Amino acid sequence: MLTIKDLCASVEDKEIIRQLSLEVKPGEIHAIMGPNGAGKSTLGNVLSGRPGYEATSGTIDFKGLDLLDMDPEIRAREGLFLAFQYPVEIPGVSNMELLKAAVDARRSHTGQPELSAIDFMKMAREASKAVDLDQSFLKRGVNEGFSGGEKKRNEIMQMMLMEPSLCILDETDSGLDIDALQVVARGVNAMRSPDRSFIVVTHYQRLLDFIVPDYVHVLANGRIVKSGDKSLALELEAKGYSWLEDEVA
Amino acid sequence: MSEQVEQLIRKEYAAGFHTDIESETLPPGLNEDVIRFISAKKNEPEWMLEWRLKAYKIWLTMEEPEWAHVHYPEIDFQSISYFSAPKSYEDRPKSLDEVDPDLIETYNKLGIPLHEQEMLAGVAVDAVFDSVSVVTTYRAKLEEAGVIFCPISEAVHRFPDLVKKYLGSVVPQRDNYYSALNCAVFSDGSFVYIPKGVRCPMELSTYFRINEMNTGQFERTLIIADEGSHVSYLEGCTAPQRDENQLHAAVVELIALDNAEIKYSTVQNWYPGDENGKGGIYNFVTKRGICHTRAKISWTQVETGSAVTWKYPSCILKGDHSIGEFYSVALTNNHQQADTGTKMIHLGKNTKSTIISKGISAGKSQNAYRGLVRMGSSAAGARNYTQCDSLLIGDRCGAHTFPYIESAHPSAIVEHEATTSKVSDDQMFLCQQRGLDPEKAVSMIVNGFCREVFKQLPMEFAVEAGKLLEVSLEGSVG
Ligand SMILES: Nc1ncnc2c1ncn2[C@@H]1O[C@H](COP(=O)(O)OP(=O)(O)OP(=O)(O)O)[C@@H](O)[C@H]1O
Ligand SMILES: [Mg+2]
Repeated sequence: MLTIKDLCASVEDKEIIRQLSLEVKPGEIHAIMGPNGAGKSTLGNVLSGRPGYEATSGTIDFKGLDLLDMDPEIRAREGLFLAFQYPVEIPGVSNMELLKAAVDARRSHTGQPELSAIDFMKMAREASKAVDLDQSFLKRGVNEGFSGGEKKRNEIMQMMLMEPSLCILDETDSGLDIDALQVVARGVNAMRSPDRSFIVVTHYQRLLDFIVPDYVHVLANGRIVKSGDKSLALELEAKGYSWLEDEVA
Repeated sequence: MSEQVEQLIRKEYAAGFHTDIESETLPPGLNEDVIRFISAKKNEPEWMLEWRLKAYKIWLTMEEPEWAHVHYPEIDFQSISYFSAPKSYEDRPKSLDEVDPDLIETYNKLGIPLHEQEMLAGVAVDAVFDSVSVVTTYRAKLEEAGVIFCPISEAVHRFPDLVKKYLGSVVPQRDNYYSALNCAVFSDGSFVYIPKGVRCPMELSTYFRINEMNTGQFERTLIIADEGSHVSYLEGCTAPQRDENQLHAAVVELIALDNAEIKYSTVQNWYPGDENGKGGIYNFVTKRGICHTRAKISWTQVETGSAVTWKYPSCILKGDHSIGEFYSVALTNNHQQADTGTKMIHLGKNTKSTIISKGISAGKSQNAYRGLVRMGSSAAGARNYTQCDSLLIGDRCGAHTFPYIESAHPSAIVEHEATTSKVSDDQMFLCQQRGLDPEKAVSMIVNGFCREVFKQLPMEFAVEAGKLLEVSLEGSVG
């Protein structure tokens, strides 16, 4: 699915990601944890092609394609999805409108027929129900006046409709109440499939009780400093990150 | 050829003019004889000619206004030709193959059907297409309702009393430099009269004036809604209109008598010039309506064209409880300049006005909102709400807001809100991350920004307006 080799990336000439390698196979869930400012969001931005985030060396292979060679919208159409840490508002553009355009773009890119307005509407209603958002959210402006938790659930709804092959969730659990956390986890688990992979960025082991990862990685200072299974998250919860920094040093 | 015209030609020749009457075009220049020529060509009654001449004399004493936030080379009014008949059948392109391919491409992007493309591009079509029968049924229906919708040149002959009474009653001859010029030399335009208590059975659209499409550069429109009547009027079309005349100075007058309602929607898409700002039309328009007791006038405009736009559709709220509205989207790209807005003049008690203005600037364009809200000394309980939002795309363009508020009544309330925002990188990236290319992303964000105004447009027009923005924004990103 995704193979990152010796990736270095910088923002405004400042190197943030340093020699990072990671392999994500189809169907796997990888959790990425690590201290604030470690470069977790930066990694998501580089993967999704956000302007200003420049890969200076290394390679990224996504489903056999050279990811770094693709425009951000093409990456999205190929099935790379980023659920934002801070979803932005687009006043006046309805959720529905954005989603229909998004789904149309993805489907036409992959050679699927365009969905009729009625079929799309049906899908969208189901998705909003799955994340426990009232249908009125479909008509509202994108994230316009949404609460923090509503914005996060809206991201998951978009993810469900886009049917991506690789989902990157950047702190989707931050700011969620306990019920919403379960809603999000249920959404993700329902989407699990042998040909879909997830990278879940989180600060809290709690999320990983609901979304059980195959691997847990610790990102510090732009590098993966430790990888392990689910138990690593528990260990981090107990001990924090400083022991790792000592270990690396 | 009338005696009068022949006389005139001789006179012109004597004056050093070289006029070939068969060519139906006057050499450049403006003087009384030119006005007599235009009037004679239209076979106008004496009173109409007198009216034009009076306007001309006023115009001579006036100066071109310079207060607007627009810059353009000085216009030499003597270098303009003030009369040219529509192109003859033989001179027109024989098929779309002979038309500028860029224009055709734009038509296709806007989804305009072939036969309409031919009409818009001025193709000499042999088989008179479907729409003629459409026009016929359209006219029949209007007639049945007693609605008059005809060229103003025709109204001068058929309804002289109405024209005499109302022409110049809202925009007087001396109102401003361009309107005075229009009064003197106006070419043609629409005349509408809705009888008392009649709800016009369909939207009136200039589009259906097919034969009168070519109204020239000095268009004149007069709409009278008699007591308790209702009409919705659509002007323009989304297809880009090209014209050899660089200067356009139209005048539109609306009269809403007691309890009447006029909704006037415009989509203006004159040729804006190329990416470097070459060519393009100067559009200096005077639009104004008067509302009598409990009457309502609503202006909605989508302005995307022209190199320079100077336009302030206004309402005089004369009658008590009357309502004025102005909803505007003005988009400028490349080197376009727009100075547009409205005037709400509150005279009657409890009059109400709403102004929603959305300005979008891209490229190196300049976009200004200029609005006046005046609460007269008799406007007890009058209210205005103004919301004026600007959206910038890129960092080489400009947005400017010039609100003028004059209140002479202590109980009048004026509210003004203004915002300026940018299409942010974060918004763009969100759209791209959802698979939209940058151009689609910008047009979606801009459409969202204009939503409140588009809601006011008749349904089909709103859809077209959305597409129009998309086409007009091309090249503004990346
Ligand atoms: N656009 C930017 N401009 C300047 N610096 C940036 C930018 N984006 C990221 N950085 C810097 O890169 C470093 C990594 O930031 P990043 O957002 O990737 O951290 P993170 O691991 O996601 O942290 P958190 O857990 O707080 O979300 C930080 O020092 C941050 O200030
Ligand atoms: Mg982060």
